[in-house]
Amino acid sequence: MVKTVSSPGISVDDVTVVRGGHTALTDVTFSVGAATLMGVVGPNGAGKSTLLEAIVGLLPLSKGSVQLHGSAAEKGGIAYVPQRDRINWAFPATVHDVVMMGRCCNLGWFRQPGQYDRDMVCECLKRVDMWDSRRSLVTELSGGQRQRVFIGRALAQEASVILLDEAFSGVDVGAQEGIIEVLQTLRDEGRVVVLVTHDLTNLAQRFDEILCVNHHICAKGPPEEAFTPEVVMELYGSHGIEFAANHYGPETSGQ
Amino acid sequence: MDYISEPFQYSFMVRALIVSVLVGVMCPILGAYVITRGRSFMGDALAHSVLPAMVLAFMLGFSPFFAAVPAAILIAVLMGGVSRRTGISEDTSIGIIFAGMFALGLVMLSVATNVNVDIEDLLLGQVLGVSQTDVYVSLGLTALVLAGLYAFHRQLVYTTFDVVGAAVVGIRTRVVEYVLLALLALVIVIGIQAAGIVLVMAMLITPAAAAYLIARRFVEVMVLGAVIGAASAVTGLYLSYYVDLPSGPAMALVATGVFALTAVGKRRFATR
Repeated sequence: MVKTVSSPGISVDDVTVVRGGHTALTDVTFSVGAATLMGVVGPNGAGKSTLLEAIVGLLPLSKGSVQLHGSAAEKGGIAYVPQRDRINWAFPATVHDVVMMGRCCNLGWFRQPGQYDRDMVCECLKRVDMWDSRRSLVTELSGGQRQRVFIGRALAQEASVILLDEAFSGVDVGAQEGIIEVLQTLRDEGRVVVLVTHDLTNLAQRFDEILCVNHHICAKGPPEEAFTPEVVMELYGSHGIEFAANHYGPETSGQ
Repeated sequence: MDYISEPFQYSFMVRALIVSVLVGVMCPILGAYVITRGRSFMGDALAHSVLPAMVLAFMLGFSPFFAAVPAAILIAVLMGGVSRRTGISEDTSIGIIFAGMFALGLVMLSVATNVNVDIEDLLLGQVLGVSQTDVYVSLGLTALVLAGLYAFHRQLVYTTFDVVGAAVVGIRTRVVEYVLLALLALVIVIGIQAAGIVLVMAMLITPAAAAYLIARRFVEVMVLGAVIGAASAVTGLYLSYYVDLPSGPAMALVATGVFALTAVGKRRFATR
């Protein structure tokens, strides 16, 4: 039932974004192709979330362009999971209600969800392992379960590009692994998955590529190649070097 | 049984009953959006801001409906526009327009010599005085609001829960916001007949808030809110008839009582 994705991709070309009078991103150029799970890392205020918002068109570009390729450019081809503080948790919605929202962009005015939409939502709930909790309110869920619900919504939308902002915020390590497993499955089906994270543990096991951002692109590539001591120093300063030494060994820390 | 049917031997009471039920049902349905979006102040401000338009309609001798509906929509748009263009916070711009328009309406009332309208009825509502035309217009506006809610239901729900995600999937969130404000303006104008400019808030948010305390899903908040709203409005109407209370305050007090009972009941139930 979940449609086959046709080579989605994103090209960001020489993008500069000015936000609140400050230059949040300068001359950002990179591309990400089909079947890629990419992590975006960098310190607080480095422009990671700004980058995602620029890609999905929520922010105007001062310079440059963003191109969506293949099925990503189709209506509903791109799904965005915002940071949790941007969701209105006062709204009483069940898990099923939220995933059904994913069908919203595929229905016209006055049209209510039909059997196809209901079947699609059931399948998506099962894929993210939230079927048994479908009648629970999203406010009753743990952080990890909420992220699964939003991933289910992106699947119901039939998106081929899924962007997640701070998806691990408030999510324990065990639940993070569960989310990564789901995202890796989606990657294996050809989707582009981009995840902004502060969590630097297991980067090599989790992501195909990482994009290191600190107002500009510091590095991009497989984690073991991109996460060099110079890059860690540029991103996080001396604290980052200590962290890298503890988590990745002396090679990454440069010691 | 006679106590129930007796008031409706009078045609003005039948008209009052129809309008009361419409107000009781429609206000909480929109109110469900108002409370979950945190827009109660906007609703209150909209109700107060239509006063100049209503007074103008009285001065020119036509139904206040025809002035209040476009005025409310215009004011709703203005409130958002002032905030965006000046950079001041939205609640500040709402407060400025709300107070300014209400003051303008009161000044117009004091200087208008040909207006034969009781200010108390405008502020507190007088459902016993609605005309046959008011009933027809209320029915028409109710149908319009229901059609709008049905057409935009999914977009309204998505933007209320996750405005950022909604924008990404291509929903024109600002258009949806203005549609909601326009529907809200229509419902407020219907509600003013029963509860008045000052007390229409009691019908808009109190039954919906009571329903919010016990319902699980958003649609249940709407349905249960409509039941509580209609029951409050009709009970208020009976109180108005039998105890000779002003109808608007009676409805508002019943709704407030239901909310208080629900809040206390939920607390007791939850602590068991």
